[in-house]
Amino acid sequence: MNTMTNNTATTTPVLHAAGVTMRFGGLTAVRNVELTVNSGEIVGLIGPNGAGKTTFFNCLTGLYIPTEGTVSYKGAVLPHKSHLVTQAGIARTFQNIRLFANMTVLENVLVGRHTRTKEGLWSALLRSPGFKKAERESEERAMELLEFTGLAAKRDHLARNLPYGEQRKLEIARALASEPGLLLLDEPTAGMNPQETRTTQDLVFAIRDQGIAVLVIEHDMRFIFNLCDRVAVLVQGEKLVEGTSEVVQGDERVVAAYLGTPYEGAPGADEVAEVEDAEAHSTPGTSGSSGTEGENQ
Amino acid sequence: MTTTTQQTATGTPRQTPGLLPLPSAAAGLTTAAGAVLTFASTFLAWTWTAEFPGDLTVTGYPGGLQLLTLTGALLTLLFTLAGRGLRGLGWLTPGGKNSPVLLLALGTFAVTWYTIIAIAVELGGLANLEPGGWVALVTSLITLIGALGLPGDIPADTDNASPWTRFVQSLKAPTPEKAAPLPSWAEILIIAISFGLGLFVFTYGIDTEYAELFIGFLLLVGFGATAIARAGLNHRLSALTATHKNVTVTAAFVAAFAFPFTQSNDAYATIGANILIFATVALGLNVVVGLAGLLDLGYVAFLGVGAYTAALLSGSPSSTIGITLPFWAAVLAGAAASLIFGVVIGAPTLRLHGDYLAIVTLGFGEIFRIGMQNMDGSSGPDITNGPNGIPNIPDLELFGFNLGEPHTVLGVELGRFSNYYLLMLLFTIIVVTVFRRSDQSRIGRAWVAIREDETAARAMGINAFRLKLLAFALGATLAGMAGTVQAHVTFTVTPAQYKFVEAVPPNSAFLLAAVILGGMGTVSGPLIGAALLYLIPAKLQFMSDYQLLLFGIALILLMRFRPEGLIADRRKQLEFHETGQLDTPKGDIGLSKAGA
Ligand SMILES: Nc1ncnc2c1ncn2[C@@H]1O[C@H](COP(=O)(O)OP(=O)(O)OP(=O)(O)O)[C@@H](O)[C@H]1O
Ligand SMILES: [Mg+2]
Repeated sequence: MNTMTNNTATTTPVLHAAGVTMRFGGLTAVRNVELTVNSGEIVGLIGPNGAGKTTFFNCLTGLYIPTEGTVSYKGAVLPHKSHLVTQAGIARTFQNIRLFANMTVLENVLVGRHTRTKEGLWSALLRSPGFKKAERESEERAMELLEFTGLAAKRDHLARNLPYGEQRKLEIARALASEPGLLLLDEPTAGMNPQETRTTQDLVFAIRDQGIAVLVIEHDMRFIFNLCDRVAVLVQGEKLVEGTSEVVQGDERVVAAYLGTPYEGAPGADEVAEVEDAEAHSTPGTSGSSGTEGENQ
Repeated sequence: MTTTTQQTATGTPRQTPGLLPLPSAAAGLTTAAGAVLTFASTFLAWTWTAEFPGDLTVTGYPGGLQLLTLTGALLTLLFTLAGRGLRGLGWLTPGGKNSPVLLLALGTFAVTWYTIIAIAVELGGLANLEPGGWVALVTSLITLIGALGLPGDIPADTDNASPWTRFVQSLKAPTPEKAAPLPSWAEILIIAISFGLGLFVFTYGIDTEYAELFIGFLLLVGFGATAIARAGLNHRLSALTATHKNVTVTAAFVAAFAFPFTQSNDAYATIGANILIFATVALGLNVVVGLAGLLDLGYVAFLGVGAYTAALLSGSPSSTIGITLPFWAAVLAGAAASLIFGVVIGAPTLRLHGDYLAIVTLGFGEIFRIGMQNMDGSSGPDITNGPNGIPNIPDLELFGFNLGEPHTVLGVELGRFSNYYLLMLLFTIIVVTVFRRSDQSRIGRAWVAIREDETAARAMGINAFRLKLLAFALGATLAGMAGTVQAHVTFTVTPAQYKFVEAVPPNSAFLLAAVILGGMGTVSGPLIGAALLYLIPAKLQFMSDYQLLLFGIALILLMRFRPEGLIADRRKQLEFHETGQLDTPKGDIGLSKAGA
């Protein structure tokens, strides 16, 4: 199974998921998944619809308590409380955008700063000098992030009034506000046009260059293979393959999983390309249908 | 403010006619002439006998409801002239030009016809009308017809709109453009005048002596306030108040402080004091409901905890404790008791969501009341005297002033209730400050985030349970504090005062209604909501049998037509109305399916 490449041997692991299993009643959505993300890495997580990718993210971030297995961040095992996970340094975005719709763009990012500021009720009521300083600093930091994601001009718009692509970017800005060491992106380009997808790609590279490791779920194969140092493939809850883009693209089991029927003969290069194409084209449709799965974060 | 150069010069000349397809100029002329004639008609006698309250029999001297018609007609005329571009009046209509006229004409018409019909009904027939009454009927109708002929301020999308859509369309108005800045003394003066006017209108409403006048007042204020909003004056004023926040807050409190000095009769000061208690508690509830989004249906129990604590510590001969504390200590004790009660209730229940929380808090509210009822020595320990409550709570004595006795300040005699009004105002200021400061902070943002999307809030590192408990506890503390004053104002504290719903506010249902009616998440909303919900039943005693029914109908209508409440939170306003938003980026349809 493990076809992990060794070019990351010098770096330290940021995230380590060990034997994560998630069962919903009889359904095993995630089965014994092992995954490591090292610092400075962009890791992709792909798989057909319903493979358990989002469920795996929910297990990592404490929204779900995994039935089995542990998740550790920089060596320490994470508690199963979502706010403590964020406190520890893992931030995420949601597949179905979950902004604070009736707060302004700036307020959304300021909420993201929650774990990195301490001002409690008393200091807010008494408006101590420390409070004002902290508010100012938070706002400055939030504005930097809005500049970074290209939303600065819209700081006073309500989040709900942003176009779709900008809402996704705002989610990223909000996640970055918590100063994470690892960023989890759940289909960051779903519903975007090719140009927006390209700027998002640049954005993810820029985030990596700031020293933040990234784990990204995406159905757009071109996006994934351009971006990622390593890609893991999840099929029916199980990790099928893990490796560099080339390794994953060349793996017949991946092709089989995506096409739905196991092939006996070796899949040629053009078949892989076909799969890729099909995937790239089906992206809008995919995101559209998955967007309606209300409860599924 | 700027002269208005909108609409007329720019864009398409296309206009959607009003309900009645009159030529625009003719409609304007008819409206203006009608308004002048209506104005004149109020100087005639409308009825022959002084039996109808307000004495509408005198020629040459308008009285009672006639004054309301007169005001309405005058405003209609002013706004008609302003909308027609009369020099020097342009500042009146920076937004809509014709919709305010239509609304004012409707208001004047409603007041006038209501008056005449009330005369006919109460005195038994139209024969009781003097010719002046008929003149008023006709002239106010002419004004309305003229106003219905005015074209809409915003052209309709379709050319062949039905009369009804044309009517609805002509009630809409564009938002005004940004005003040119004035010297800041002028801006401050405008704010001061606005609050002065507000105080005048409010006092007029409280001082109405008979139900007919109060109904007329409500009609005129309802239409008039909408007209002013359509004209864009609210928008202008809120822009000013946003730049001069501290001036605004000060002006508001000066106006509130001035209220008892305008009252010659302590009976009306009673209403003022009770409104203030109700409003303060509603604002406390707004922290819980408006900011954190927790539906609390038992909130009045916290008021009760504060009131009972203060009553027991007040030195009342009926108190079973026998400890008398000075007032400040009783306030702290009441707030602390309420805080503890809040945490004890909140800790187990706040893990529940939405409807469950509402049901559980409703239950706890009732448990409090029944608990107080049973601690009478026979069903439980003898603490609260059961249903009889704790009577004879002595008046407060603060800084040598006995609040129970009248004092003369600045030549005005302030009675008992004026004194308590002023004391309560102090607590209102505290609660307003707490609300505003906590709203605009890291904690307040976390509350709103939880209200918006709890899962996302937790994923942003917010400890949702802790923050909800904090909101719940803070709300409880504020209500407990208000309760300590309430105990002294009402002399007696009984369990029956703290029901879930009854005809007299404050109770949990009315508190929640005040918050929702006024506008969740705002400061002024619950204050205005509470004032209305207190005044209407107090003034319209004759319909007390139907009060809850009418209350329910009013709430349903409100939720249908203005779900964000009278005062819209900047956030809520944009949530409920998709178009005409100040904030909408131009050209974007906002594909958002956010919050999924
Ligand atoms: N809370 C839940 N309760 C029950 N079943 C669930 C729950 N959440 C997810 N599942 C199931 O787990 C499986 C994996 O779903 P998941 O959303 O993780 O897939 P995914 O890989 O993210 O798919 P997509 O590409 O469509 O987003 C699905 O069969 C889904 O129905
Ligand atoms: Mg998913």
